[in-house]
Amino acid sequence: MDFKTISFVILAIILAPLAGGLLAGIDRRLTAWFQGRFGPPILQPFYDVIKLLGKEPQVVNYWQIFCVHMYLVASILCVALFAMQADLLMIFFVMTIGAVFMVVGALAVPSPYSQLGAQRELIQMLTYEPLLIIVFVGIYFVTGSFKIDAILDYERPIFLMLPLLYLVLTFALTIKLRKSPFDISASHHAHQELVRGVLTEYSGPYLAILEIAHWYDIVLILAICSLFWSTSWIGLVILLAVTYMAEIIIDNVTPRMTWKWMLTYVWAVGISLSFFNMALLYAKSF
Amino acid sequence: MGFFQDLLHTSRVKSPWLIHFDCGSCNGCDIEVLACLTPVYDVERFGILNIGNPKHADILVVSGTVNPRNAKALKNIYDQMPDPKAVIAIGACGTSGGVFREAYNVLGGIDKVIPVDVYVPGCPSKPEAIIDGVVLALEKLKKRRPEKDTEPLVADLKKAREFYENREDRQVTR
Repeated sequence: MDFKTISFVILAIILAPLAGGLLAGIDRRLTAWFQGRFGPPILQPFYDVIKLLGKEPQVVNYWQIFCVHMYLVASILCVALFAMQADLLMIFFVMTIGAVFMVVGALAVPSPYSQLGAQRELIQMLTYEPLLIIVFVGIYFVTGSFKIDAILDYERPIFLMLPLLYLVLTFALTIKLRKSPFDISASHHAHQELVRGVLTEYSGPYLAILEIAHWYDIVLILAICSLFWSTSWIGLVILLAVTYMAEIIIDNVTPRMTWKWMLTYVWAVGISLSFFNMALLYAKSF
Repeated sequence: MGFFQDLLHTSRVKSPWLIHFDCGSCNGCDIEVLACLTPVYDVERFGILNIGNPKHADILVVSGTVNPRNAKALKNIYDQMPDPKAVIAIGACGTSGGVFREAYNVLGGIDKVIPVDVYVPGCPSKPEAIIDGVVLALEKLKKRRPEKDTEPLVADLKKAREFYENREDRQVTR
């Protein structure tokens, strides 16, 4: 590893939570605006997290502490691997480890809300993970590599080759962002269903750590989205802005759905969209 | 150290999460609490969120009188909130028992069971008064330190495990 890679990694680890928090703040402000309200300050997520860090640590058992830290480490590692321009599959596996540890922490306590939230979180993971793998395979078909540096070297934006797979990726983004209609395990914006589900039994500083890890996750998924238009900065920014704006609008206009609907809809639509996109790719190459 | 302390105090004031408990109220005050969340008052602009989980909350908002049955629930919710925390009693009933104070089953105001920081009068209290009450509570909450726990975490966890293991002895229905 040379000096440039190391400085990239350090920058990414420092800047990712700041970007994630700012994005969450802008998100809350825009949502309030859509609902005819004024909304909290842009820096609100940072106030929330600092306040939570200053609260009394309260746990039910040791597993929670361990799992929370493993989730944070896995999320940071994912962002670091992305900055190192490592393998997409490797990033995917590390991300899964983090998500699984959060669920294990929620399952380690006897509270029914936490248990139910954890089960739903597992179903959400079951929903988005095959689709993410299909997206990565699609990228491999176009660029011939899972390595991010090889993908960045590709001379055309891969969005032009994989427009439908990008839609599939936004399903995963919506689930990871915990936004409607897929926010069945835990949701933002003070929705109270399931008493915040998988997050019920985490409190104080541990909840703050989960929130920071969540910011890392958001940044990672947006970074994967940005691979689709990596040739020009303007195209990249426009693509990400349009995607995130669409996420917020969908969050505001759709109700929360059941897990059965989510699983059948996302798999049916996602897998058929990816099938069409792959077929298009092959039709072009002949 | 001063910088971080100030940052923490500012954050506490800017991000109070409420949990609302209806302790036998007539719903008059509850509706006024919920009215604060509507676009007219929009308390989220002060960072105030209505959270359904005592483990995430900073401020306990209680409306209604206390009776021997729900006193246990109220105490339980209060104990589940991590320090630092504040309590606001809403309405005539929450502050003193109101017109029901001499009923045979009524203990009185919230302060008969848990320590109350702010009393918001009114029957029902106006949303403006409730928001004022939250601001007052924040002033008290700002400099409050978590109480020093004399028992180590291990002892706490052991006690919690024993409590969980003996759960069947406490169940009323079988």
